[in-house]
Amino acid sequence: MNVFGIRGGAKVTGRKELTAETPVEKLPMPRLLHVPLQQHVGSPAVPIVSVGCRVKKGQLIAESKGAVSAPVHAPTSGFVTRIGNYLAPHPSGLPVLTLSLEPDGRDEWCKLPQPLELETASPKEIAERVSEAGVVGMGGAAFPSAVKLSMGEKYALDSLILNGAECEPYLTCDDRLMRERANETIIGTQYMMKALGVSKAYIAIEDNKPASFKSMQVAAGQDSRIEVVYVPARYPMGSSAHLVQAITGRETPASGRTADLGVIVNNVATAFAVYEACKLGRPLISRIVTLSGEAVKRPANYEALVGTPVAELMKQSGGLIEEPKQLLMGGPMMGQPLPNLEVPIVKGTSGILALRGTEIPEQNIMPCIGCGSCVAVCPAGLLPMEMMNRIDHEDVDGADEIGLRDCISCGSCNYVCPSHIPLVQFFNYGKGRLKEQDADKRRHDKIKVLTEAREKRLAKEGL
Amino acid sequence: MKSIPEMSGPYVRKEKSVTRTMTLVMLALVPATSYGLYLYGWPAIILFTIAIASALLFEILSLLIAKKPVVRFVSDGSAMLTAWLLAISLPPWAPWWVAVLGSAVAIVIGKHVFGGLGQNVFNPAMVGRVVLLLSFPLEMTAFVNPLPLFSADAPNFLQGVQIVFGGMSIDAYTGATVLDSVKVAVGHGGVVQDGIAGQYDLGLWLAGNNAGSMAEGADILLLIGGILLIFTRVIRWFIPVSTLLSLALIATVFNLIDPATYPDATIHLFTGSAVLGAFFIATDPVTSPTSPKGQLFFGASLGALIYLIRTWAQYPEGMSFAILLMNAVTPLINRYMRPRIFGRTNKGDPLGLSRR
Repeated sequence: MNVFGIRGGAKVTGRKELTAETPVEKLPMPRLLHVPLQQHVGSPAVPIVSVGCRVKKGQLIAESKGAVSAPVHAPTSGFVTRIGNYLAPHPSGLPVLTLSLEPDGRDEWCKLPQPLELETASPKEIAERVSEAGVVGMGGAAFPSAVKLSMGEKYALDSLILNGAECEPYLTCDDRLMRERANETIIGTQYMMKALGVSKAYIAIEDNKPASFKSMQVAAGQDSRIEVVYVPARYPMGSSAHLVQAITGRETPASGRTADLGVIVNNVATAFAVYEACKLGRPLISRIVTLSGEAVKRPANYEALVGTPVAELMKQSGGLIEEPKQLLMGGPMMGQPLPNLEVPIVKGTSGILALRGTEIPEQNIMPCIGCGSCVAVCPAGLLPMEMMNRIDHEDVDGADEIGLRDCISCGSCNYVCPSHIPLVQFFNYGKGRLKEQDADKRRHDKIKVLTEAREKRLAKEGL
Repeated sequence: MKSIPEMSGPYVRKEKSVTRTMTLVMLALVPATSYGLYLYGWPAIILFTIAIASALLFEILSLLIAKKPVVRFVSDGSAMLTAWLLAISLPPWAPWWVAVLGSAVAIVIGKHVFGGLGQNVFNPAMVGRVVLLLSFPLEMTAFVNPLPLFSADAPNFLQGVQIVFGGMSIDAYTGATVLDSVKVAVGHGGVVQDGIAGQYDLGLWLAGNNAGSMAEGADILLLIGGILLIFTRVIRWFIPVSTLLSLALIATVFNLIDPATYPDATIHLFTGSAVLGAFFIATDPVTSPTSPKGQLFFGASLGALIYLIRTWAQYPEGMSFAILLMNAVTPLINRYMRPRIFGRTNKGDPLGLSRR
């Protein structure tokens, strides 16, 4: 199938060779698991077990709350030792409510729900099962998947795109998944298609992963509705709006979603989690994590239980060769600094990177020379250097006028800038300021309404 | 620039730098420059060296005064490139003080007065050149015919020194540029053909064997360098192509109307500084627009201005005047010719929704 071009995009150095050929390994059971109750976008889950309780593997330990939320399940059998604040896998290092679990070593499953049959299950049943299993988007955004799978009610959907682009450098967890668990991923895809009510699914894989392409094609073999498609290896191909553009040739409206075009995008690892939830009745309690970077002695891919401290992965890989210059969670383009090695793996953790100085060379920041490289690579069609200039002069509204809100924070501009200007940093600062302004405005509007109402009332009462 | 404390990604970078950009431009200029230096011999070599050395000196002085890190900024290569461009657009046997004064104006007034690297509105090399031309029209139009190094009449090193430092007259060697002779001929009631005196020789012009600035002549070598810059992604094709296309188009139209008064496109493209300007000077990132749309508009207008100035203005300075004029409107172009934002119309409204 021919794909359409996307605007901009940068050719990034993949560094995937570090882990692309290492099959997924199981980790030994950690001594202690720390399971955060908010691993997703939306409201945190509410614990339903107490300290001292014995829980079984897969047992619900925290319920979802509100329309956008996800439940949390015990990753193994054991005892709840503590429920309290613990370091979150977040650059701020701010603690979140976390349930600590001491494994009993038996790894004993609780009674799992009956498998759903693809042929007989209704779309609603599938979405409910996915919701109960705590499945969230596993590409990093961690948006509750059931909410997405129910979008057929509001939108006229026609196709599902599975995101196997994996455009972030270093990460190979999706690549390994597609090579080793292709059949399961395809079955998960079929469940998703049924839930969404679509008759077409595309599995989009960047053309630097031929092994994945082949294995997914073989697995999709009998189902003519599923098409495996090569997309060019160009960052940020994995951005959902850009993936949709590459495959359908259509552009997602600025204030809309890909669903407005009739397309839902999900990560391939999410499809695998949907398979486990529907076909096996298992909740999402583990995921594949890439541990990479030159500071790691033996870079590898691990199947890690949710809640496993990062240190356990490091230990299994023989530790660090040297003090890393940067510890990251996620890919090096959009990933975030890791506060330390004690933070746990969560549902959205695609990778842990320990980068050496040679991988992040010291680069002097120079003045902008207006070369336009950032304009050429910006997939959102923005003028990064002009936005940076305006933010630098505290003109956040000026930056807003020329599209700051349309910036997807992919960092392509930052990646290619010959003057090494930290553009994303400026944009994050600017976006933060815009958020504050919006909040202020809402508050003022509310106060205005209340004041006017009061005046009216006073006038009426003749005071 | 303000420093914001919290770090954010991306944590990996492309191996690119300002120094690399400037160095690649200079490398792309090496073939045409070496050929120019060969054609015009020792005086040109000495003049070129003086221009570069004095520019570096003025750069260091300016940085010291501005209290900027000297080593980091001198090594960015921008001052050297400015001097390089200025030098190769000088008459090849100009006196030493022309080069020094030009470098001073280019670096100090053209660049540092505006705030240094990246802040200047006008291309510094062209500022230097135009100030020289307006102040010293005689020296700046004393072009000589090529007299290659080691050829019989070529000045030796000592004579070269004498020529550059004023000990020797160059009157015996001077010649006019093709565009100039054409203009003079037409101005005196003649036709274009009188100006080129039957020497219509595209091959000769492409090779740079006609009187002109130090290294603007060898269009073939300049084209090779320019294409190298496009392939290494230092510049994009929009400006050079639109400039040359617009110049060629306008020249062809007028030439078709009246071939006796208006020289054809090849003369415009290959006997002056059109190729040098289009690929190496107009593409200066600091002083040209950033968006593809803006660059196309910039180039097309530049081509038209070059033609306008060459044909109807008093000074034989199509390229440098036109570039400075376009530099002046670049901020406006940047303001009004922005790329279309993803998911929005050209006006900035969101694309239509089709929600159920």
